[in-house]
Amino acid sequence: MQVTVTVNGAEVSREIEPRLLLVHFVRDHLGLTGTHWGCDTSNCGACVLWMDGEPVKSCTVLAAMADGRSVRTVEDLDSGGELDPVQQGFMQCHGLQCGFCTPGMLMTTRKLLDDNPDPSETEIREAISGQICRCTGYENIVQAVRWAADHERGDADTDTEGTTHSAPAVASEASA
Amino acid sequence: MQTPAPFDYERAGTVDDALALLERHGPEARLVAGGHSLLPMMKLRLARPEVLIDINDLTDLSYIRLDGSAIAIGAMTRHAQLLDSSLLAEHYAIFADAERVIADPVVRNRGTIGGSLCQADPSEDLSAVCAALGAELVVRGTGGTRTVGARQFHTGPYETAVDDAEILTEVRIPVRPGAGSAYEKVERRAGDWAIAAAGSFVTLDGDTVSDVGIGLTAVGAQHFCAPEAEDVLRGQSASEENLAAAAAVAAEHVNPSADQRGPADYKRHLAQELTLRALRRSVARARGES
Repeated sequence: MQVTVTVNGAEVSREIEPRLLLVHFVRDHLGLTGTHWGCDTSNCGACVLWMDGEPVKSCTVLAAMADGRSVRTVEDLDSGGELDPVQQGFMQCHGLQCGFCTPGMLMTTRKLLDDNPDPSETEIREAISGQICRCTGYENIVQAVRWAADHERGDADTDTEGTTHSAPAVASEASA
Repeated sequence: MQTPAPFDYERAGTVDDALALLERHGPEARLVAGGHSLLPMMKLRLARPEVLIDINDLTDLSYIRLDGSAIAIGAMTRHAQLLDSSLLAEHYAIFADAERVIADPVVRNRGTIGGSLCQADPSEDLSAVCAALGAELVVRGTGGTRTVGARQFHTGPYETAVDDAEILTEVRIPVRPGAGSAYEKVERRAGDWAIAAAGSFVTLDGDTVSDVGIGLTAVGAQHFCAPEAEDVLRGQSASEENLAAAAAVAAEHVNPSADQRGPADYKRHLAQELTLRALRRSVARARGES
């Protein structure tokens, strides 16, 4: 069957088998290997991309279901070579080690910040609860998303290396 | 690589379209909504439809609204919408309780209430919610529309009252002013299927339980409900002793199977404890305490 999908703003048409999964469509048919193919069972979230503006696990969506819809992958996050704040945050806060989960994490947290520019740690952890990272223990990922949130909202105190110094929330009375 | 066996793909633009496609392709055709239950089963060859009919274009079946004395939920309403619904939150906290622990946020962007009910997995959460609330399910065929009670809907594991050439279009929940409701689930890790889960609603007349509904999933409860336990509690005072007695009866009537999620005794224990917790929170919410 023929499908036509708007991928990262450009319309593409391909002849596919109906059983082709969206993750393999973007990776193997379009060469967009930024989207990772992980568990195949919608558990790990490495394959998250956006379909019609919502993050979905592309191992559990048929390419045929994307016919006539729009898809956004991690390749579309930067603009003209300038990294998205979420990407910068992962860089600044060491939000990745092996990088396998990163594309999915980026796409999910980009959407989180679009909907909620100032998420709490709990909200960040809830948003990524369908994504598995086996390297970082999630601490640095949460900090990366906070970094991005602070910088997008323009209230970060940034030094020359781009790292954030958060002021102590409360002066310690115990030490006084 | 896990890939489904070959099938033909069709896309329906309207409910009539979907019904015509079901009629044309016969019993080996299946509807697919979010696909997050069906596609994994197709990858494992546990389901092998010859034709998949994609109903994701049926956006007119995506709604949550007050309709007379019922809340009407369109079958294509996604989990994420159920979780966000202020109307549901106002009337039945059980929905947000359950949705918060159904899969994960990204999966909830795709999965639908109609797909969840029709997949009829014996561990599915909304089946217990709908059984607890005494929902009515509206099923449409080419011959017209009929209504099936949630407690008559499931005819066995992965089997429902929906015929081959029919489609579930709407879930109707009766509004019960002052009702309190809650859902309690134990899972191995975030987003997993339940080891066991229980949901309930309670209405109070003073301190007397005037009405109660109890739903259970993953523990082999017939039709996802616990009518014997409801009978123990209905008309009685909402005391801790009476709630505990009802929960004990609920556990007597379940029939859990041992599997990788735990032994049968553990699941029966959970059925009792989670029923008790759900009833406690339902009563507290009906009293306006939480």
